[in-house]
Amino acid sequence: MSSLTQGLRRTAGSAGRPRRTNRPAWMERPRPITQTAKAIALVAVVLLVTVPFLIIVATSLASTDEVVANGGWVLWPQHPTLRAYHELFDGGIVTHALWVSAGITVVGTAISMACTIGLAYALSRRDVFGGKPVLLLILFTFLFPPGMIPAFLLVKGLHLLNSYGSLVAPVLINVFNLVVLRGFFQSLPDELYEAARLDGAGEWLILRRIVLPLSKAALAVVGLFYAVSYWNAWFYASIYLESDKWPLQQVLRTYVVGGAQLADTGVGDASQVAAPQTIQMAVLVVATVPILVVYPFLQKYFTKGVLTGAIKS
Amino acid sequence: MAIAERDATGRAGAAGASGADRRAGRKGRGTRLKRLRRDAALLVLMAPGVLYFLVFHYGALAGNVIAFKDYVPFDGLWASAWVGFGNFQTMFGDPDFWHALVNTVVIALLQLVFFFPVPIALALLLHSLTRDSVRRFVQSVAYLPHFLSWVIVVAIFQQVLGETGLLNNVLGDAHLHTVNIIGNPTAFKPLVIAQVIWKDCGWGTIIFLAALTQVEEQQYEAAAIDGAGPWRRFWHVTLPAVRPIIILMLIMRLGDILSVGFEQMLLQRSSVGPDAAEIIDTFVYYKGLVGGDYGYAAAAGLFKGVVGAALVFAANKIAHRLGEQGVYQ
Repeated sequence: MSSLTQGLRRTAGSAGRPRRTNRPAWMERPRPITQTAKAIALVAVVLLVTVPFLIIVATSLASTDEVVANGGWVLWPQHPTLRAYHELFDGGIVTHALWVSAGITVVGTAISMACTIGLAYALSRRDVFGGKPVLLLILFTFLFPPGMIPAFLLVKGLHLLNSYGSLVAPVLINVFNLVVLRGFFQSLPDELYEAARLDGAGEWLILRRIVLPLSKAALAVVGLFYAVSYWNAWFYASIYLESDKWPLQQVLRTYVVGGAQLADTGVGDASQVAAPQTIQMAVLVVATVPILVVYPFLQKYFTKGVLTGAIKS
Repeated sequence: MAIAERDATGRAGAAGASGADRRAGRKGRGTRLKRLRRDAALLVLMAPGVLYFLVFHYGALAGNVIAFKDYVPFDGLWASAWVGFGNFQTMFGDPDFWHALVNTVVIALLQLVFFFPVPIALALLLHSLTRDSVRRFVQSVAYLPHFLSWVIVVAIFQQVLGETGLLNNVLGDAHLHTVNIIGNPTAFKPLVIAQVIWKDCGWGTIIFLAALTQVEEQQYEAAAIDGAGPWRRFWHVTLPAVRPIIILMLIMRLGDILSVGFEQMLLQRSSVGPDAAEIIDTFVYYKGLVGGDYGYAAAAGLFKGVVGAALVFAANKIAHRLGEQGVYQ
């Protein structure tokens, strides 16, 4: 598997190459027809992903009349307006849901990271007391997840129903993220630990001063994975929480995918709301933007951080 | 290294003890205590995580006893009456369950045929690009949908393919027949595949691209000098490089056949109906959490868990038999 890691490094390393093309001397010039076919395929991939986003953003910015005249969607709004967004952020369900989602994401990610780092670090040390059985215990959960009903009854039994803890505690540690971090910690050279211990450093100090600063890439990726999964979660909210505590994705699910009317439920005055379509699209944009904002960072680190960690283990 | 040294001293200490202790080696009481003391800080770091797995995985796992009970919420889990395999007997006689099971397998197989090859093809296409900047740009764009929630993906599909969506507007403007895709049970399975492709085909290329980049460039060069054209180089150099990964992923997917996007199905089940969208997970959800028949739903969930674990186990065995690396050793 180490050659696979090298391959990854090579992909990551080729980033700053000055030549515009990598075509080596022995490779024949591609035929025009192949070039065209490839170009069409690539353009299709890019358009299939980007065009839906553009339509959604454009529709959320359009005026009511324009959306109605156009039959429900707009590609280029003639008179862009932020009215839909004003209504969303004017208090009411969506504003509240946004705060809930942000809070769950920040707090959940922090707690998850702390627990995952501790466990991954301890398990990354060879010969740690109880390391093998604990690792087996954890990997077995991967093979045999407990199931929806027992998980629900457990949360109920722990009196976590209708508390925000129910969105964090049951998904505190993700096995994949744990394995990635452990693999990354293991890839650090043993000499580091040796030197630190000779200098009299204890485990806490080694972790804080040496291991964590050296693992920034892996920590960034795992942290972003946690943040993305907390931000995107809606199912647990739908079964554990009353509707006044819902995060944004669950609100989006109910009012956009499920088709319920936001106007009926306190977002603005029903008589002068923007076309439901523009509001729906604005909710969609608000739910997507945080992902789009963190995405470049994720993109930058994930080959380096995740794949090396995952493949090593 | 330091750990190994300490271990050696630990062993040396144990050597002074009785013969039985020595034979037990590191497992002797003295060394165990020493290791415990040595690793105290690590154990403190480990504790919250271990506690989480014990409570939320093993605690919940133990809750599966409910599958063998006639659960009455008022009586609680322990006081409810045992019914042995009664719930399972009911389940095997329930046409709805069989329908959910068949639907799950059908959707999984459709995904295997129509989704599985797409990331491979895209990876090969991306790998064949000679311009790094183009490749990285397309990669970035193609990975993005993986990070969106299913709610957003389903909403986007409604917006584009729905009754008043983009596609039907374009068709209408061109005076063509409009199509009924969203909320149409007949079109549901192709729609599901399309959604999976849109969301995850870019992300799925990663593992194949990693395998492709490990091919030494000299191999291509040597093949080219020996007169192999692009097609033969693809067939004899590129394809053998990804074949092991393709086989591995295929086997793993077969082992995971009872799991097809729960969130994706749940979000759309109400618009197309259970006939088209019921899978085992949604069956468990509607019977248990919606219908309140907890014991029965837990039995269906446990069935899925046991069969799923057996399938993963079998898939892994096959992978090893074929000389491939499985998910575990």
